[in-house]
Amino acid sequence: MESSKAKTLFEKIWDAHLVHRQEGHPDLLYIDRHFIHEVTSPQAFDGLRRRGLPVFRPAQTIATADHNVPTKNQHLPIKEPLSKFQVDTLTKNCQEFGLDLYGLGHEKQGIVHVIGPELGISLPGMTMVCGDSHTATHGALGSIAFGIGTSEVEQVLATQAILQSRPKTMRIQIDGTLSRGVLSKDIILYIIAQVTASGGTGYFVEYCGSAIRSLTMEARMTICNMSIEMGARGGLIAPDETTFEYIKGRIFTPTGADWTQAMKYWETLYTDAEAKFDKEYFFKADDIQPMITYGTNPGMGIGIQQHIPAMALNSSAEEMQKSLNYMGLENQQSLIGKKIDYVFIGSCTNSRIEDLRIVAEFVRGKQKAPDVEVWIVPGSKKVEAQAIAEGLDKVFTNAGFDLRQPGCSACLAMNEDKVPTGKYCVSTSNRNFEGRQGQGARTFLVSPLMAAAAAVKGEICDVREMMELELLGC
Amino acid sequence: MKIIKSTIVPLPLENVDTDQIIPARFLKSTSRDGFGENLFRDWRYDKITGEKVADFVLNAGVYAGDILVAGKNFGCGSSREHAAWAINDYGFKVVISSFFADIFKNNALNNQILPLKVSDEILDIIFKGVEKNPEMEVTVDIPNQTLVIPEIGVQESFEIGTYKKRCLINNYDDIDYILSLTDQVKTFEKTRAVI
Repeated sequence: MESSKAKTLFEKIWDAHLVHRQEGHPDLLYIDRHFIHEVTSPQAFDGLRRRGLPVFRPAQTIATADHNVPTKNQHLPIKEPLSKFQVDTLTKNCQEFGLDLYGLGHEKQGIVHVIGPELGISLPGMTMVCGDSHTATHGALGSIAFGIGTSEVEQVLATQAILQSRPKTMRIQIDGTLSRGVLSKDIILYIIAQVTASGGTGYFVEYCGSAIRSLTMEARMTICNMSIEMGARGGLIAPDETTFEYIKGRIFTPTGADWTQAMKYWETLYTDAEAKFDKEYFFKADDIQPMITYGTNPGMGIGIQQHIPAMALNSSAEEMQKSLNYMGLENQQSLIGKKIDYVFIGSCTNSRIEDLRIVAEFVRGKQKAPDVEVWIVPGSKKVEAQAIAEGLDKVFTNAGFDLRQPGCSACLAMNEDKVPTGKYCVSTSNRNFEGRQGQGARTFLVSPLMAAAAAVKGEICDVREMMELELLGC
Repeated sequence: MKIIKSTIVPLPLENVDTDQIIPARFLKSTSRDGFGENLFRDWRYDKITGEKVADFVLNAGVYAGDILVAGKNFGCGSSREHAAWAINDYGFKVVISSFFADIFKNNALNNQILPLKVSDEILDIIFKGVEKNPEMEVTVDIPNQTLVIPEIGVQESFEIGTYKKRCLINNYDDIDYILSLTDQVKTFEKTRAVI
């Protein structure tokens, strides 16, 4: 009925999945792929049991254990009883309801937002949901992917559809070329610092522009992953040759006639020239430096050469002071030279093979600083296997890094990987909230390259300066 | 749930994220119950001694009630519905703020909690009013979509979709509604043009 109207990419995919629309009601949207994990699913299965319902389309739900798993000795039984019970409950639920599970030890196990794209389960033009706010990651393939609550997980299990109000649309365009030492993580931290931690609320974002086009798929995933950190429901990037090259040949990617058929749809996945967005931002890639956060929300970020501002954008004086007190920092301070205690390289934001390669290339032949503990946690069993095949494990071990097994780990510190109270952690994860990496832990969010530099130096530094020294042969 | 008449509990902080509402280490339960005791855990209890933080609003003994009032962008961050369960289990039926994070808003409504949005100005007036008089009484009328605080002259209407309003008033949930549309889901699957 609206086919003649110019549409954004988001609107095209949404409308192609609309099952039912009724005045005064949220839309009923069909869901192509549903990912579940051990933490936000058990109560949903209980709901199905209470109602006596089966899973409506079991082939479209994929389960893995990631949030609450140990990252050492995964072949042994989980020590912590509550974690063990939660992981065992997922296994039982998947057996009872007939769902595929990539559990602990399975060759396809990993962080849910790493394995979806890696296995070719997440594809362009799909709708995807998961009981996890970083589901937006899958939007990098040109799809609508967003995080949901457990009651909504139950809806999707029961009906393969979800009631949702359609968000407004936002376009963020970044043109130009990235400087040396600047990664896609810096782009998204820069965007969030400009738009603020709440500026995207109510919106679904499309990222575009020459800087985005030049990124690899994995780098694009880092951008879409953090859409929620500005409050947006999700973020997507129109598929292009980079996308199609990435998905080709993956385990669950369609082949032959199915691929040809799918391509016909995928090639329609772009925003029409005349389409209107509710809000638009334009940024220049050359304005972006390596970024670091100083506060307790991801919007509190600065370029590494900048000082902490007197006031954060869209924050009250009280909130700013509360954040700085928690972090043990002062405004107008530079972060360069700040001693750190931990480095965490991992999470659904930055734990893919490209991230590990970037870190390995930088630390090859170097040593971590003696007083710093460095955890490097691959996003999946496949990433881990690939890293080992390329010999990256030896690079990390030689540098004194602790290479662990796949899981969410210290991003949310549900397992044993916790940063102690008051300690500073330079982290490639996505949230610097109070206590996120452990009770009282203090987090600085950065790119994998900045994290690697901090690990070597034992303090916060500008990775570009270290790269310059290397060029000079120092 | 139709009309809530109560005093309020003020939490004048912005960007209260779901990791503060319920820290991740308390997400290991497989039921929906018992999260209230860990609501705002790390603000409520000292991180080292485990003692109650005396001046935190839930401990201070000054404020009580069924309505939580918080600064803008309440419920940002993680999608954990445990945040809504914790608020519900503690006993709050309404959260008033000038801005709610999207996923939290859905989670709240799915758990019979009304996220009630007011302007920044009204929020400020409410915080000032309750500071002056912790016994200040507030009436939230869901059928008429009004927030009334006679003592400080607040009489505001608030927005809620007709569907969600009906769910709140009658204690319906979404699954009952979607199950009634299963045939349409099946038709969609058969007739969809793409993948």
